[in-house]
Amino acid sequence: MTAITVDRLHKTYLVPEREGGLRAAVGALVRRRRREVHAVTDVGFTIEPGEVVGFLGPNGAGKTTTLKMLSGLLHPTSGTATVLGHVPWERDRRYLGQMALIMGQRNQLQWDIPVLDSYKLNQAVFRIPDADFKARVEELSELLALEELLRKPVRNLSLGERMKCEIAGSLLHAPQVLFLDEPTIGLDVAMQRRIRSFVAEYNRRTGACVMLTSHYMADVEALCRRVIVIHHGRLLFDGALEELVHRFAGDKTINVELADEHPLDPAALGPLVDGHAVERSATGFSVRVPKAETPRVAARLLAGLPVSDLVIEEPPIESVIEQVFEATSAEVDGG
Amino acid sequence: MADVATRPVSGRPDFSKVSFGALRRYYVGEFGASTANNLAYRGAVAIWVVTTVIQPMVSIVVWRTVAGPAGEVNGFTSAEFVTYFAITMLVDHLTFIWLMWEFEWRIRTGAMSPLLLRPIHPIHKDVCDNLSYKVIGLVGVLPAMVLLVIGFGGDVSGIGVVQVLTFLPALVLAMAVRFLLEWVLALSAFWLTKVSALNNLYFSLFLFLSGSFAPLAVLPEAVRTLAHASPFPWIVSFPVEVALGRRTGAEVWVGYLAQLGWILVALVLLRVVWRRAVRVYSAVGS
Repeated sequence: MTAITVDRLHKTYLVPEREGGLRAAVGALVRRRRREVHAVTDVGFTIEPGEVVGFLGPNGAGKTTTLKMLSGLLHPTSGTATVLGHVPWERDRRYLGQMALIMGQRNQLQWDIPVLDSYKLNQAVFRIPDADFKARVEELSELLALEELLRKPVRNLSLGERMKCEIAGSLLHAPQVLFLDEPTIGLDVAMQRRIRSFVAEYNRRTGACVMLTSHYMADVEALCRRVIVIHHGRLLFDGALEELVHRFAGDKTINVELADEHPLDPAALGPLVDGHAVERSATGFSVRVPKAETPRVAARLLAGLPVSDLVIEEPPIESVIEQVFEATSAEVDGG
Repeated sequence: MADVATRPVSGRPDFSKVSFGALRRYYVGEFGASTANNLAYRGAVAIWVVTTVIQPMVSIVVWRTVAGPAGEVNGFTSAEFVTYFAITMLVDHLTFIWLMWEFEWRIRTGAMSPLLLRPIHPIHKDVCDNLSYKVIGLVGVLPAMVLLVIGFGGDVSGIGVVQVLTFLPALVLAMAVRFLLEWVLALSAFWLTKVSALNNLYFSLFLFLSGSFAPLAVLPEAVRTLAHASPFPWIVSFPVEVALGRRTGAEVWVGYLAQLGWILVALVLLRVVWRRAVRVYSAVGS
């Protein structure tokens, strides 16, 4: 059985709209204008139990709206979805009891009481037996190094510490589906890495299905073999991460290191790289060329220069994604 | 390393059934958490309690002046006004609800979302928060009530064991009526993201029609009629008058029934409105 099935999901918000200025403000008293905003349009996918899927898109693409529908916070305008056999927005307690939505910018723990007290409250809410609760708190605090934090009030924790505690608190009931919305936002690199490896470990141990949105591609690369990309509320791509790069990356980067103090003559280099822009480095240069031309340009460079090292790289995933979004924005704006 | 705890558990709790044991454990936990929160902000709670005490003092001074030292207004002597407002203060403290502001804040900031993600109705949290605040506040309000009666020479001759025993159920029912009604009203925040204006209108009506501003007996007939068509007198005026011994026999039973009736109305409304509210909920922020 699939864990998540989404079919032609659609969410339209009705937002009030008016021009700036006093005149428009007075006008709005008489006649209110509303505009339809299509936050999610015709999105569909399925996710198997145990999968970790990256959900990508720029700000306002519809990621969070989709996650909120799947966690039962929002009703869709049309379309269907089932998660663990439940329709999320019916908000059946049996569903809520085995699902978790963790939002990086929201505080779910109680601000003024020690973390452990908040956890005990969650134990009561999710009806977790004492033995399970004790074992899970121990395990989660070991995985996330929480021991020192459990007795401190939440307000005294740093952002990173709080996020770790939030995540552990949301997993005490061992959810089978986990929606993570920007779980590493605002955290330093070490803490991001810790959260990332924890999510991978949690998925390995429990077989829970994870859907993750993040602006940090490192999160996605480390955790997700599969990505779903949406933009302007529409699904752009659903497949393996490498395939996304393969399909959308038009260029490759050739990094060249030169053997010795070779006086690099830009005029001579131009024809070798078909006139593409060259970026100089201390010991050589790099150049981005269209994928199809890469072998020819590389061969020419090797033949024409005293090369000590030459590496051909796929572009960073960030820039691929950026290209995808730019291309589709241009399409939308143009037509 | 233990490699078992976060594995899927074989026997998940059955959320389809109401478990009173689980609910009791939740209430104990949430009440404890609320109390810890309130104690963390004890200064703020103390200020609220002082505010609760100042208002009846003003009312007592005004109405004593109106009645004059030996006179009376529509059956209320100066000394009875003192006792009326002292007990009103207690009832007001125990029935006061701030949920309408709380809901506005929850919806505007998105703090409602975590409450909607839990397999328990959010009303239970509010019951606990409310009771906790009231229990803590009693530490200030009860002695203040006694001091007001002694300090201003209140008349307690009508209050005996029978009055106290009949007052207690009236008080508990009044707490339930007001809590449920205002919980439903607070749900308007799901439709209107700013409900403060509506709140102010509601509280102005409440002040007059509940008997908080003055005993209903001293208000014009038209106001009294209007009041009795509303739930408000059953929240303040009725329990206070039962305590003073001004409502006896059948009147008390009629009052209890009216309170139960309003509770029923509020519960039906709650069920209908809550479902719609969740449907229109569009969590703030992307």
